[in-house]
Amino acid sequence: MLHSYLQLTQVSIEFPTDNGPFKALDNVNLNINEKEFVSLIGHSGCGKSTVLNIVAGMHQATSGGVLLEDKEVNEPGPDRAVVFQNHSLLPWLTAYQNVELAVKQVFKHSKSKSEIHDWIMHNLELVHMTHAKDKLPAEISGGMKQRVGIARALSMEPKVLLMDEPFGALDALTRAHLQDSIMEIHASLGNTVIMITHDVDEAVLLSDRIVMMTNGPSATIGSILDIKLARPRNRLELADNPQFNHYRAEVLKFLHEKHVKIAA
Amino acid sequence: MSYLNQLRLPKHLGTKFIHIFVVPFIAFLIFLGIWSGSASTIETSLGQVPGPAQVWEQATTLYKEHTAEREKETKFYQRQDKRNAQKLNENPQAEIKIRPYTGKSTFIDQMLTSLYTVMTGFIIASLIAIPIGIVSGLSGTVHRAINPLIQIFKPVSPLAWLPIVTMIVSAVYVSDDPMFSKSFLNSAITVTLCCMWPTIINTAIGVSSIDSDLINVSRVLRLNWATNIYKIVLPSSVPMIFAGLRLSLGIGWMVLIAAEMLAQNPGLGKFVWDEFQNGSSNSLARIMVAVFAIGLIGFMLDRIMLMLQRKVSWDKNANIR
Repeated sequence: MLHSYLQLTQVSIEFPTDNGPFKALDNVNLNINEKEFVSLIGHSGCGKSTVLNIVAGMHQATSGGVLLEDKEVNEPGPDRAVVFQNHSLLPWLTAYQNVELAVKQVFKHSKSKSEIHDWIMHNLELVHMTHAKDKLPAEISGGMKQRVGIARALSMEPKVLLMDEPFGALDALTRAHLQDSIMEIHASLGNTVIMITHDVDEAVLLSDRIVMMTNGPSATIGSILDIKLARPRNRLELADNPQFNHYRAEVLKFLHEKHVKIAA
Repeated sequence: MSYLNQLRLPKHLGTKFIHIFVVPFIAFLIFLGIWSGSASTIETSLGQVPGPAQVWEQATTLYKEHTAEREKETKFYQRQDKRNAQKLNENPQAEIKIRPYTGKSTFIDQMLTSLYTVMTGFIIASLIAIPIGIVSGLSGTVHRAINPLIQIFKPVSPLAWLPIVTMIVSAVYVSDDPMFSKSFLNSAITVTLCCMWPTIINTAIGVSSIDSDLINVSRVLRLNWATNIYKIVLPSSVPMIFAGLRLSLGIGWMVLIAAEMLAQNPGLGKFVWDEFQNGSSNSLARIMVAVFAIGLIGFMLDRIMLMLQRKVSWDKNANIR
């Protein structure tokens, strides 16, 4: 049997609480190929972030495990770079210095000083942020901060790029710009990406596959939808595309018919 | 007309001026009035309690004593130089002696001694407290281990520490040619013991409340221990560390005066004590000069810390005051 690039095999996780262990995830199985863009979608509290955190190595699965290129994942590392929801830039460092921290950490032995500089600039260029390289996070907009966050993650040359609701805190227009940037970058670099999202349109637009999760506790994968839309994709053209709308409807049905979240 | 309007202060600047200067000035005048009014009614064994006028008079006297003493000092050295030059002139092989001037220390000297002592104690305290605070902020176990000790030692008065410090310093610091006087060490160490606690507590709080996302960034990057501290922990807890340092310096300055009284370190505390023992009719006024000097220096130290805090803080928009 051919092994996938990234394998989640029978992953379950329990968190200890005062009322005994809480089973957040139960028997999650997922195989992701190299260069694939996979979205995780589900209601809040369904354990999407927990899946991502297990792949990132922040949480340890109680049973089952994660293999990346046939190596077990059990601690965080730059080969699984994370783009956090609230950008998580160090507020006392400029955009350039934030990326520099990552680059120096990952490439300090393999790149020379000038190569490191070029690599930082290259990654800032990918997200169109070279003009603000000397700005502190507090001096740039939310969308720009997230761009720098993405540049920092890309600069680590991760095997898998993990994005935890990367555009959740942004307004719709900024979000659209960033989605276009992500598509552009994915097309040119061919990263393997796992992205968590709440946004059905975003999931359909960006993904090769959408993994839909059931509600917790003991959440697991409900179904997986293959998105066979040709790339490059254009949001305007897709707006009237029946296939796009069909995929959209599929995800909406899953979320709002089959796995209705009981209002808290 | 428009020319005249330009000359007039804009209205908001006028109110700002009133808020910043006029209001505190009026309050100060009222304070002086109440002081001089009530002081004249109280008779002590050292005479009437001095009012603002007598205190001001003593302040100028103390300054004059200082300049007079300095003049005596320069004259002493001039005489000594002249004498030595003459001796060398008569006999080039003559042995010359250079003696330091040993006049009494003036009020200004005593202020400087106090500042030097408090800064020594405070710097030692910071060097101990910040690392302890960082470790205790990073590790819950360390925090649980040392927190009870901190809580017990924090409220202890300098007057309780001083005898212990004195005995230990006398026993441990034995030297024929001591670099520091014992009274200085006793006072500085007492300051250290009393003022390190707020810095430990605040540093620990600052370190333990670092944004968990930033900790995750550090984990993803696999920053090593030192880089993590230097790049993430320290910058993010700088505001809290400085809040602690300011509290510490304030406490240190307060504690120092008491410590100097008992340890007989030649600073402001000793000045107050000597004046009290001296018991002249001017003593109360001179002590009150010291009270104002202590207050002003304490205020100034806090402002300096505030300036430093603003300088090192990355969040220039934070309202630090």
